Amino acid sequence: MTKPLIEVKGLYKVFGSQPQKVLPRVKQGQSKDQILAETGHTVGLKEIDLHINKGEIFVIMGLSGSGKSTLIRHFNRLIEPSEGEIWVDGTDVMKLSQGQLQEFRRHKMSMVFQRFGLLPHRNVLDNVAYGLEIQGIEKAHRQKVAGEWLETVGLNGYAAQYPSQLSGGQQQRVGLARALATDAEILLMDEAFSALDPLIRSEMQDQLIELQSSLHKTIIFITHDLDEALRLGDRIAILKDGALVQQGTPDEILLHPADDYVEAFVKDVNRARALTVETVMKPPVSRITAETLGEALSQMKRLKDDYAYHVTEEGYQGVLTQEGLEQVNKSLHQQEISEEVYEDVPVVSPDTPIEQIVGDTIESDYSLPVVDDDGNLKGLVAAENVAEVFAEPESSDIEPTEAANEEEPEPKAS
Amino acid sequence: MADNSWLTSFPKMERGELAAIRKTLDGAYRQFSRDYGESIEAFFEPLLSFLVWFERLLLATPWWIVLAAVAALVYAASRSWKLCVGSIVSLLLIGYLGMWDDTMRTLSIITVCTLLAIVLGIPIGIAMARSNRTQSIVTPMLDIMQTMPAFVYLIPVVMLLGIGKIPGLIAVVIYAIPPVIRLTNLGIRLVDREVLEAATAFGANPRQRLLGVQLPLAMPTIMAGINQTIMMALSMVVIASMIGVKGLGQPVLKSITNQYFTLGLLNGLAIVALAIIFDRVSQAYAKRTQAHLGGLQHD
Repeated sequence: MTKPLIEVKGLYKVFGSQPQKVLPRVKQGQSKDQILAETGHTVGLKEIDLHINKGEIFVIMGLSGSGKSTLIRHFNRLIEPSEGEIWVDGTDVMKLSQGQLQEFRRHKMSMVFQRFGLLPHRNVLDNVAYGLEIQGIEKAHRQKVAGEWLETVGLNGYAAQYPSQLSGGQQQRVGLARALATDAEILLMDEAFSALDPLIRSEMQDQLIELQSSLHKTIIFITHDLDEALRLGDRIAILKDGALVQQGTPDEILLHPADDYVEAFVKDVNRARALTVETVMKPPVSRITAETLGEALSQMKRLKDDYAYHVTEEGYQGVLTQEGLEQVNKSLHQQEISEEVYEDVPVVSPDTPIEQIVGDTIESDYSLPVVDDDGNLKGLVAAENVAEVFAEPESSDIEPTEAANEEEPEPKAS
Repeated sequence: MADNSWLTSFPKMERGELAAIRKTLDGAYRQFSRDYGESIEAFFEPLLSFLVWFERLLLATPWWIVLAAVAALVYAASRSWKLCVGSIVSLLLIGYLGMWDDTMRTLSIITVCTLLAIVLGIPIGIAMARSNRTQSIVTPMLDIMQTMPAFVYLIPVVMLLGIGKIPGLIAVVIYAIPPVIRLTNLGIRLVDREVLEAATAFGANPRQRLLGVQLPLAMPTIMAGINQTIMMALSMVVIASMIGVKGLGQPVLKSITNQYFTLGLLNGLAIVALAIIFDRVSQAYAKRTQAHLGGLQHD
C-alpha cells in the first residue's frame, strides 16, 4: 500500500484559556457538555486519526458544530491543535517555523472558503493572481496565469470586474480559480458550495468533478450536505461532536451506517440517486457462451431459467430466450447467433445511478445486464434488487414491494 | 465645632497640605522643564523649520499661483468642477476681505498638524488593533485627550516650550489625533475575518496582510477618521492662537477682547470656509477611491 499523502494522528483541540489542563478529561471520555459546564472549555476535536491518499476527494462531513471547519483549518495550521501530529507528504506540519509555514501554505495547499474570502478592493484577475503575488511572482507572469485559470473556470471576460459585481456562483468560481492558480497539490474546500443556491451548487459540483478528472489534486472537502458528500467523495469521514464516527467509501456509509447518528443522516438521502447499479447487481448466473444457435439451445436447456445472457470473447452480446431459440428453424442451428434472436433488453452501465434504471427494471421481463465500458458482463440487476435500496438500511430482507411503496425516492432538502 | 462636623461639610485635606502638594508637583515640573526644555526643543527643531519653511512658501508665493495649486489639488482629489469653483470663489473672497496672509498661515499649520496626526495616529491605531492589551492602555489615554479642556494641557506645554508655533502644534495634534487613532483601530478590527484568513491561508506574512488586506479594507473608516481629525484641528485654531500661533485665530481672539463683531465674524467664516473645503474634498476623494466596496483602487 502506498503511503498516504496526509496523515493525522491523535489530534485533539480544546478551545479555552487552559486547554492542556482540560485535555486529560477529554481523554477520559467526559462528554463535551460536561466539560463545557465544569471548565468552560469547548472541545473542538478529539482523537482524530485520518489518512488521505494522493489524488482522492476526501469529504469531511458533519452538522454545524461538529468540528469539521476546525479540522480543516488544522491541515494548514490556521488553528493550532492542542495535541497531535499532522504529516503532509513526509513533513511534520506541527514542527514548521513561521517562515516555513508560510512557504508551506504558499506552495503546498490552497483553500476555498464558504463565503469566498475574496478581496473586495481588487478586481477578479488580481484576486485570482493573489496567491502568486504573495509568492512574489512578477506581475505580467501572474496575470497571465490568472487569466488562464479564469478561462478554465468559465469566467472569461470578467477579469476587470470587482467581486461585488458578480453573483455568488461566479464569486466562488473566482475563489476556486484563485486556489488552483498557485498549483498547490492539496486543495482545502471549506463548505465551498454551501452558500450557493441548489442549482448553482450542483453546477459547481459538476465543474469540480470535471476539473478533478484532469487535475488529479488531493481535495479535502467539508460539507454538511450528505448528498454533496456522496456525489463528490471518493471517501467520506463523518464527524460528530468533534469525534470521527465513521470513515469509508460512499457505498459503505450508505449501506452500513456505523451508528444511529450516521443512520439519521443516511435516512434523508435519496439512496437511489447516490448508489450506483454496481452496488446492487447480482452475479450473472445464466450465461451462454455458445457460438451457434444449436449449441445455445442445448446450453439453455441445462440452465434452470428459460432465458440467458449471451457472452462471447468480445463481451456481452444480448439476451436469448428458450422460446426464441426453439422458434428458429432446426436447419439453421449450425449458423452463428444473429441479431434477430436477441430479446430487446436495455443494457445498463455499472456506474449509472439506480434512480435512472428504476423504470427499465420494472418494464423489462428479464434482469437487466450490467455491462462495463469494455463490453464485459459484470452482473445482473432486477426490480427486486433495486427495491432493496428503497428499504430501510438495516432491514433489506423485508418484502421488496412493500418497501418500495413505503419510501418514495423524493430528495429532501437538508 | 463638634466632632461630627464631617456630616455637614465635606471632609477635606488641610489647606496647607494641598498647597504643599501643588508646590511640589509644580516645582518638580518646572525643574524638569528647566533641565530638559532645551533638549526637547531641539528635538522639535526639524519640525519647526519645516513648519516655518512651509508657511513662508505659502506666503511668498504669489496668490494666483497658490490659488491655481489649490484648484488643481481639489480637482485631482475630488474630480468635481463644482467643488473646484466653490473653493476658488471662497478663497478669492477671503483674499479680497484682507485675510489672505492669515488664511495661508492657518492653512500651513493645519496641513502640518494633519500630516503629523496621520503619521503618528495610523501606526498607533494599527498597534491597537493588533493587541487587546495595547488597546486597553491607549483607549483611556484617548478619552483623556478628548475630554480634558484644551487649556489644561496648554499649561505644561507652554511651561516646557514657551509660546510659539511648536507648542501650538503639539496642542492641536493632541486635540485632533484621537479620531484617526480610534478609527484606524476600529477599521482594522472590522475587516472581514474570512478575507484575512484567506490571505493567511495563501501564505501572506504579517506585512502582506497589513498592507494588502487590512489597511485597504479599513480605508473607508480610516478616511472618516482623517476627516474628523482635520475638522478638530481647524476648531483648535482659536485656542492655539492664545499661545502665539499666528493665523485666523488671532484676529478672532482680538475681536473677543475688543468686541469687534465684524472682524470676528469674517475670520470665523474664513475658518468655516477652510473647513468645508477640507471636508468636502477629503470625503469626495474617499468616496471616489472606494467605489468598489471600500478600498483603494490600484491605477
